[in-house]
Amino acid sequence: MAEALQSGMPVRLSLRRRLVNRAVMAATGVAALLVLIPLFLILGFLGAKGIGSVNWAFLTHTPVPVGELGGGMANAIVGTFMILGIASLIGVPWGIAGGIYLSEYGRNRFGNAIRFTADVLNGVPSIVTGMAVYGLVVVTQGHFSAFAGGIALGIMMIPIIVRATEEMLLMVPQTIREAALGLGIPQWRTTLSVTLRTASSGVITGIMLAFARVAGETAPLLFTAFGNQFWNLKLNQPTAALSLQVYTYAISPYEDWHRMAWAGALVLIVMIMGTISVVRIIASRGMLKGAA
Amino acid sequence: MGVGIEVRGLRAWFGASEALHGISVEMRPNTVTAIIGPSGCGKSTFVRCLNRMHETIPGARVEGEVRIGSTDVYGNGTPAVEVRRRVGMVFQKPNPFPTMTIYDNVAAGLKLNGFRNRRELDETVERSLHMAALWDEVKDGLKKQSGASLSGGQQQRLCIARALAVQPEVLLMDEPASALDPISTAKIEDLIYQLKERFTVVIVTHNMQQAARVAEWTGFFLMGDLIEFDKTQKIFTTPGDKRTEDYITGRFG
Ligand SMILES: Nc1ncnc2c1ncn2[C@@H]1O[C@H](COP(=O)(O)OP(=O)(O)O)[C@@H](O)[C@H]1O
Ligand SMILES: [Mg+2]
Repeated sequence: MAEALQSGMPVRLSLRRRLVNRAVMAATGVAALLVLIPLFLILGFLGAKGIGSVNWAFLTHTPVPVGELGGGMANAIVGTFMILGIASLIGVPWGIAGGIYLSEYGRNRFGNAIRFTADVLNGVPSIVTGMAVYGLVVVTQGHFSAFAGGIALGIMMIPIIVRATEEMLLMVPQTIREAALGLGIPQWRTTLSVTLRTASSGVITGIMLAFARVAGETAPLLFTAFGNQFWNLKLNQPTAALSLQVYTYAISPYEDWHRMAWAGALVLIVMIMGTISVVRIIASRGMLKGAA
Repeated sequence: MGVGIEVRGLRAWFGASEALHGISVEMRPNTVTAIIGPSGCGKSTFVRCLNRMHETIPGARVEGEVRIGSTDVYGNGTPAVEVRRRVGMVFQKPNPFPTMTIYDNVAAGLKLNGFRNRRELDETVERSLHMAALWDEVKDGLKKQSGASLSGGQQQRLCIARALAVQPEVLLMDEPASALDPISTAKIEDLIYQLKERFTVVIVTHNMQQAARVAEWTGFFLMGDLIEFDKTQKIFTTPGDKRTEDYITGRFG
């Protein structure tokens, strides 16, 4: 046996190893491809169906009444940005603050309670969040608004960002925090300028995940932002959003509106991907810029 | 200039377990003191008590008196951040800030404490890197290269420069060369030898040759007690305690 291992066997073993290696590599390659197929299917289908209807008018005009040809979703594109802007202003600082608390101070009962709440909030169906904001904001204020829509989406962003930030901060080695404290840098400064900064690329990924997750939401906007066929730039007025517009047009019986719905969906996807890319580029540029 | 260190009846706990059982020792200004002893005897805990890093561990506690120069380290009204600015620390594993440039790593202690004068920052960074014998190797990539892109030995010298930049009076080094190759180790030993001109240095080491090379004083720790503290020469040739002798001659630890 030992002799066999020393002489003939190793060659056969290594051949077997090479084959297994090849097979496993092929299998993982196929698996990766399988993951990508649905993505490319959706993007390709969307592109094929939508690209024909995306033109200058679509990007610069408001919708026209049924029966008339033309018109666009300019107001919905701007409305989507307004609502997502408000949502991010709420969700990002709140989420990061929560994540910092959990990772740096939250190893106690209260921390566990917050963790649990965040996970539950993450599991709440988005239409329920929309209804809650309807009751709390829309009814109180007496009207639908971009503001209410932003609050609904912002609330949805918070738990995602909280947990992502916590996880990323926990991955920063304790030795990095000690290095900062050892220089006489105060605790709060260490957390913001060293720990959070070290984890920043992961935290930004978490924020983008939350952003992409809510950017296409329709249900929570139904009775908050409500939608609008006309231009509106006021935060306290009913506001159009691409997702709402796509929904309205897609369930309509009109062929022309179906075309517009495809185009709207395509524009929405491009907007999300564009925003994420821009943030990534800016973030990676800023990465090695001065401390503090 | 370095200042003296005076420790009286220092006890330290991790939760309920006591890691140091009443240490008393005095170190003179501008000396290098080596702390030796087997793993787990409390060497790290001891030096971390000198700059109040011990209390950053949840459940950790300290009793007794430590004086650095004229400062009562554990006195009422002495802020921990103030102590840590005056007592610099270099850790066992090089720990540069990975998302900062070399320049920002060295400047971090000043910048993050609100110091903003660009010209003085530039000067301090250059002077600290010179003192840490790293300037020539990094001067071209100061503001482009990340601190994490350096080799292990360079990273550790970067950490030394970072500690020196806040102009401390005492420098604590916890096995600063144990993760490094022999050439880097030699560089850091040379460095320590020069540093005592300006600082009082306390260096924890596992390596007895290293203690003999860099330190004029040596303290031998065993299970949370300081067994013997004397001139290095004396500790290594005619130790006063049987346990020191056993350790030096390799009979345990
Ligand atoms: N973070 C910690 N929590 C609990 N006990 C610790 C911790 N760090 C060290 N200890 C204990 O304190 C004692 C002294 O440890 P340490 O000072 O690190 O020893 P050394 O540096 O001499 O190897 C050891 O018994 C060790 O197990
Ligand atoms: Mg140690």
